[in-house]
Amino acid sequence: MTAPADTPRRWRKAPFIAHAGWRYALYAGALIYLVIGIGSLSVDWGRVIAGLDRGGAFLGAFLQPDFTSRWNSIQEGMLESLAMTVVSTVFGVLLSIPVALGAARNIAPWPVYYVCRGIIALSRAFQEVIIAILFVAMFGFGPFAGAVTLAFATIGFLAKLLAEDIEDIDRGQLEAVRATGARWLQLMNHAIQPQVAPRFIGLCLYRLDINFREASVIGIVGAGGIGSTLNTAISRYEYDSAAAILLIIIAIVLAVEYSSGYIRRTFL
Amino acid sequence: MLQIEGLTMRYPTGDTALTDVDLTVEQGQVIALIGPSGAGKSTLIRCVNRLVEPSAGTIRLGGESVTALGAGALRLMRRRMGMIFQEYALVERLSVMENVLSGRLGYVGFWRSYLRRYPQEDVDEAFRLLERVGLDHMVDKRADALSGGQRQRVGIARALIQNPDILLVDEPTASLDPKTSRQIMRLILELCRERGLAAIINIHDVPLAMQFVPRIVGLRAGEVVYDGPPAALDAARLTDIYGEEDWSGTTRDDDPAEARDAAHKVAASVDAPEIQRAAGS
Repeated sequence: MTAPADTPRRWRKAPFIAHAGWRYALYAGALIYLVIGIGSLSVDWGRVIAGLDRGGAFLGAFLQPDFTSRWNSIQEGMLESLAMTVVSTVFGVLLSIPVALGAARNIAPWPVYYVCRGIIALSRAFQEVIIAILFVAMFGFGPFAGAVTLAFATIGFLAKLLAEDIEDIDRGQLEAVRATGARWLQLMNHAIQPQVAPRFIGLCLYRLDINFREASVIGIVGAGGIGSTLNTAISRYEYDSAAAILLIIIAIVLAVEYSSGYIRRTFL
Repeated sequence: MLQIEGLTMRYPTGDTALTDVDLTVEQGQVIALIGPSGAGKSTLIRCVNRLVEPSAGTIRLGGESVTALGAGALRLMRRRMGMIFQEYALVERLSVMENVLSGRLGYVGFWRSYLRRYPQEDVDEAFRLLERVGLDHMVDKRADALSGGQRQRVGIARALIQNPDILLVDEPTASLDPKTSRQIMRLILELCRERGLAAIINIHDVPLAMQFVPRIVGLRAGEVVYDGPPAALDAARLTDIYGEEDWSGTTRDDDPAEARDAAHKVAASVDAPEIQRAAGS
């Protein structure tokens, strides 16, 4: 049976949930939960209005950042943060490579795979600030605890993403190099490295960027760097100095962002 | 020289790729392995250098058992088997020279290969081979900048620089146009003759196999169903290998005048000297 030519056959995209009742019940449920959720935030409007002044003072300070009166501690904190960033990124990257190789299912045997995936999960389970609190307790206040924290966090991040990239490589190239009688290390250097190099470099630069920003945050829990200086400035209500610190952080993040784009293009 | 006995390959999924395959390849002998997709052609040559672990059976190269080797000895054995791939399998971000020299990885230590400081003899041989396959002007081009035919020539040079006893060739022409396919097949056969190399060539293209290769082995569902010269491969034999089909225009026992006409048409359209020679003969 064919429909008459003058009545067009209707077509609609099939809905995600076929049963109309369930579909509308789900929409209604989500909406009710959203309303209840907003209601439970218990906003104290009086406090918000009072706080607008303080927020305004903070933002106003950005218009007149004070780089000079705390320059010495800003400079010291900034150099410490940069040192923490570079040291933790270099060690984190070096340590993450063997973990990534072990965590790639297509080149690692099962026991190694589970151990390396375990290391990644452990490293990723906790936020940097929590790890920093632990290492500050272990090693005392200062940039060493911060650098160890960031290196540890780098392993989880980089090893996971690099391992996923290794799992996506072209098997043919791996097979071809293996068929020449290459050793394991030669296989890594000739078949894996060329295929993952651009992404690996991009990830390292991205992690450098993250480590710099995290280095500013974990200073607040005592792990050294510009974060400590920022924390001191805010707690003394020196918003103009705090603004100067934030502006320097923004400038450095921007510089890393632009240079990483340029570096990545040359390696593609 | 290569002896395969009772080779059986069962994948962990339970699929049987090869069942009790016996095959002997003599020194300097080139055989074409034909058969439908999934017949086990690729699995068979990958079992020979153990990129795939066979489930049962023995493989010997020059009297030495391949199947019994441990990891280190297997690595040394793989140096004696050059492999050429369907999609060329060049390392795309490495240069032509690096790809060719990677054929020497089994012979040089890690740091030499890492620093790309290969022995001068290897570099000389790489230049000679690149000249032989007509690519000596592209030494520092990156492999992904090459055309299909050029890539396959690099793949051939990489296999030959291993100085192998046997070539394992997996669908060398499947990604190439008809003219380039013939050039590549001719090159592989010439090189085997020059060096007294044995070769197993997996190939889909039956007429191409029959034109170039003196011994054809037909594989169907993991079993050898034909082993003989191309001349004896008639429609009935092809039906054994591939199943029922109209085989006219494929085999040599068709009307010779008709076949010659068809060949002339192909030769005229591609303007390749070796095809014109083949069509004229």
